[in-house]
Formats: sequence, structure tokens, C-alpha cells
Amino acid sequence: MSEFLQQLLNGISMGAIYALIALGYTMVYGVLRFINFAHSDVFMVGSFVAFYVAPRLGSGSIAGGMSILCVAMAASALLGVVIEKLAYKPLRGRSTLTVLITAIGVSLLLQNVGQKLFGADPKAFPPIFPARTFHFGTVVVNSTQLVTLATTLVLLVALHLVVHHTRVGTAMRAVSFNATASSLVGIDNNRIISFTFALGSALAGAGGVLYALNYPSIDPLMGTLPGLKAFVAAVLGGIGNLAGAALGGLVIGLVETFVSGTRLSTYRDAIAFGILIAILLFRPAGLLGKARVEKV
Amino acid sequence: MHFPKSQLWLALALVVAGVVSAFSGRIDAYFLDVALGAGINIVLAVSLNLINGFTGQFSLGHAGFMAVGAYTSAMLTTTFAAKLLPLVGGQTWILFPVALLAGGLVAAVAGIAVGAPSLRLKGDYLAIVTLGFGEIIKVVLQNIDALGAARGLYGVPSYTTVFWVFGLAAVTVYVVWALVNSTYGRGFLAVADDEIAAESMGLDTTRYKVTAFVVGAFFAGLAGGLYAHLKGYINPTGFDFNKSIEIVVIVILGGMGRHVGVVAAAILLSVLMEQLRRFGDYRMILYSLLLIVLMLARPQGLFAWRARRKAA
Repeated sequence: MSEFLQQLLNGISMGAIYALIALGYTMVYGVLRFINFAHSDVFMVGSFVAFYVAPRLGSGSIAGGMSILCVAMAASALLGVVIEKLAYKPLRGRSTLTVLITAIGVSLLLQNVGQKLFGADPKAFPPIFPARTFHFGTVVVNSTQLVTLATTLVLLVALHLVVHHTRVGTAMRAVSFNATASSLVGIDNNRIISFTFALGSALAGAGGVLYALNYPSIDPLMGTLPGLKAFVAAVLGGIGNLAGAALGGLVIGLVETFVSGTRLSTYRDAIAFGILIAILLFRPAGLLGKARVEKV
Repeated sequence: MHFPKSQLWLALALVVAGVVSAFSGRIDAYFLDVALGAGINIVLAVSLNLINGFTGQFSLGHAGFMAVGAYTSAMLTTTFAAKLLPLVGGQTWILFPVALLAGGLVAAVAGIAVGAPSLRLKGDYLAIVTLGFGEIIKVVLQNIDALGAARGLYGVPSYTTVFWVFGLAAVTVYVVWALVNSTYGRGFLAVADDEIAAESMGLDTTRYKVTAFVVGAFFAGLAGGLYAHLKGYINPTGFDFNKSIEIVVIVILGGMGRHVGVVAAAILLSVLMEQLRRFGDYRMILYSLLLIVLMLARPQGLFAWRARRKAA
């Protein structure tokens, strides 16, 4: 039983990170209807920014850790906006495929520039938050997991407030619902799209820092696999649906953690895709998504 | 009407491949290596063009089928060679095409397994599912000890020659060309142009999509076999997502649904990737920048001078 609880906790904290990344995919898909392949590399950059600013901002204290996290999120948000302006905006209105290939190009660019700038070899990520372990009966909770869960929770609540209780959030939902109609009622779609990228990328940056805290070895190619799985999470929850992305991330994180504990552990990386295929075959709109009827 | 002429072209290409093959010992080894790599890329790109270009489905898992073909044929010429060789009188030139064919067929079966359920999906979803299948194939290969697991398969005999590569490239181009220009093959174009209209005209669109997928997977399997017997060593990570992307990039640069353009792009990109090597670490940075700039400047492909019938 205690092992189950322990695994449950590990799974939830892994799922929280997937959820943060998945939100970025789902938001961008909501407004632009394409898979932002570069998102997973923004996640990578987030963790590297944290790695480089950590010595200056003083890691090891809660305030220091928070400030490092904020800097990483801000840098990621900036990167996301720059990518959108330079690579995606000129392609507005072109076929999805063109944008998709461009996104793959941007992803490759970030990975390879990363290998040049940061070096291709893995780096040890410092413990930027104070390390403690707490014992609840036989279940061990370490501060990394607490930080992961608390940060994710705060960010999810903040995102919910922004999307549902601010003007810009309302505009985001409008663009996502119908981009033509939203521009007709006076919404500056481009500004909203930039804002969406900033928001999604900031969450990816936070995800990158939390991931690096849990798996303290970072390298420029680290984003690919968590990125793909987070995308799966977004589809699982119903792409374009924020609550769905969070739920999908949690499911993927939990399933993966529990599979890791069994004999199938070497198939861990294939599980997420197996779930994806199953969900698309039986419920293509995702867990929380609504099936849309195609009008001819 | 065009058939006799195109078959002549195919025969000519095979003869030329055979003749060049006979003299391949005199060709510079490095040049030969690049040329054979380009030839394999032609097979891959032309077969993917049937799926992505002519039928308008977006597959991101072509390298997965290539892996299936590579492993199947390599197993037949290594582990099972002792049993199979006596059956063909010890002749490796018979064993090799049999192994290639087996690789293609197993890849085609994998194509049915992947395509039949997932081709009900559209666009991005299909892309992600095929990507997922590609990754699953990779992970499964990494876990099968008999196939060398993550270490890969060593000591695959180098049977791949100029004749096999360019002969099969010619066959691939011919088959895809003849297929889309046949009465039956118009259906592929119809599915790409407007799926709903095609369906209301009574076309079984899913069947067309699966057919394109299976034919594409078959040739990708052949290409995998050629690749394995060219390099002499294969491992699962050689067939990952990046390889699939490379093939997609060739098809897009060549212009989706164009015959000559895609072949030209396959050669161009293969040569370019070699030329970029002189820039060392900056190679992949330049490659990705080139990709982005091309998408911004010429999304219709490099070789799209004439407009295709369909405004993609």
C-alpha cells in the first residue's frame, strides 16, 4: 500500500510537469490550429536559463528558487514570442503543413544552437530549492515533489484566472472559438496570438525547471521526449481544452510511473503513444473534448 | 496510352543501372557512397510522396516502416542466412532480392496494421499517430534481444550495389507514376483534393488511403533493406523521428505530389547534407535555418515552376 502511495505521488508530480507543457501545446493549437513542435525546445531552454542564472540568483533558498523560476519563465515567454513573430507570423493563412514543417525547423534550430551554445554533454542541474524530505508514515515526500506540485497548482489557478476572468483571456477564447469573428468584433488577433505564445512558453519554461529539478541532468535534446508525451497528453485530454490538457498530463504521468514499476519498464516510452492511438481510435475528440460535426 | 513509353523508360533505367553497376569499382568510393545514399532517399521520398503528396495524408512515420524492412531483410541475410542460402543454391544474388522483398512485405503488413485503424483520422492527428507508431516501432526494436536491442545489428553483408539501388529507385518511380496515372489511381488525387466530394462520388476513401499507405510502406521497407546492406550496421535510433522528418522535408522541397521534383529534391538534399559537413558543428544549424527560410520563401517546393492542377 505504501509503495502504491509512493508511486502515486511520483506519478502525480511527473504528470504535473507534463500538464504544464501540454497546456502550451493546447493553447497554441487553440488559436492557430497547428502543432508547435518547437514548444518542447522552449521547455529545454527554460531549464538551461535556470541553470545559468542559478549561481547569480542564489539557489538553495525558497526566494532564490522562486526568482530563478520566474527568470526562466520570462525568458521562455520572450523566446516563444520571438519565435512566433519571426517564423510563424509570416505564414499566417498558409497551409498547416507549411507551418508544421517550419515548426520542426525551429525545433531543430533550437536543439542545434543549444548544442553549440550549451555544449552537447549533459549538465548537472543544481538543487535550486532547499532539499528536505518529509516522512508521512512510510511515504517519503521530498521538497522537489512539493515544489513541483505547489508550483503547478499555482500556475494552473493563475492560468484559469487569466483565461476566464480577464479581458485578454476572453479575447483568447474568442480567437480560439472563431478567429474571423473575433477580428470582426475588434480583437487584434495577432496581439492575442503573441500573448498566447508568451503564456504557453512561460508554462513550458516552468515545466523545464521543474523537470530539471526532478531529473537533474539537462542537455539540449532533453525536450523531445517529454515534449511528445506532453503533446499526447494534450490530445488525450482533448486538444484546445485547458482542463483536458491538465487531466491528460496527469494520466500520462501516472500511467508511465506505474508501468515503470513493472516488468514492462523498458517499454515506458512507448506507453504514451499506445494510449494516444487507443484514445484517437475510440474517442478522437479526447477525454474532455467535444466532437465537432463537419459541415459540408 | 503512355504505358508502353514509360515501360521503355523503366527498362532503359534498369539497363543503365546494370551497366553502371558493372563498372562501379572504378567510381570514387566516397562519391559512390553519397550516390547510393541519394538513391535510397529517392525510394523513400517517392514512396512517401504517394501518401503525403498524391493522397494528401500526412504521415510522419516513414522511418518506422524503413526500420521494419531493414531489420527483416538483415535478419534473413545474417541470422537465417545459414538456413536460407542452401535453398537458393548458395547464391547471394538470389538471397538478397528475396530478403529485400520479404522486408518490403513485412513493412507492408505493418502498413496495414498502422493504416487501417489510423487513416480514419485526419491532418495533424494522423501525423501524430504515425509519429507515435514510428516511436513504438523504435522502442519495440530496442527491446528485442534477438534483434540486437539498443546495440543494433552488426555484420550485415554489403550486398547493396548500384544496380539494386538505382534499379529499385527506377521501379519505385515507375510504380508510383503508373499508379497515380491509372484509372484506379485518380482516386488518390480525388482523396487529396477533396475527401468529402470524393466520398460522395462513391469512392471508398479509406480504402484508397490504406492502399497508398501500404504501397508506400512496402517501398520504405525495400529502402530499409537497401540501407541495411549498404551500411552493414543498423540500430533503432537510426530510424527515429528525425529520419522521418528528413524524408518529409524532401517531399515538401520537391513539391508535394510532383514526380520529377521529389526525385530532384532527394538528390539535392542528400548532396547538400554531405556538403554541409564541411561546416562541422554548424551543419545542422544551417540545415534547420535553410528549412525555415525555404518554408517562408517557397512553401510550394523548390521545383514547382508550373502550377499543379490543384492549388495545394
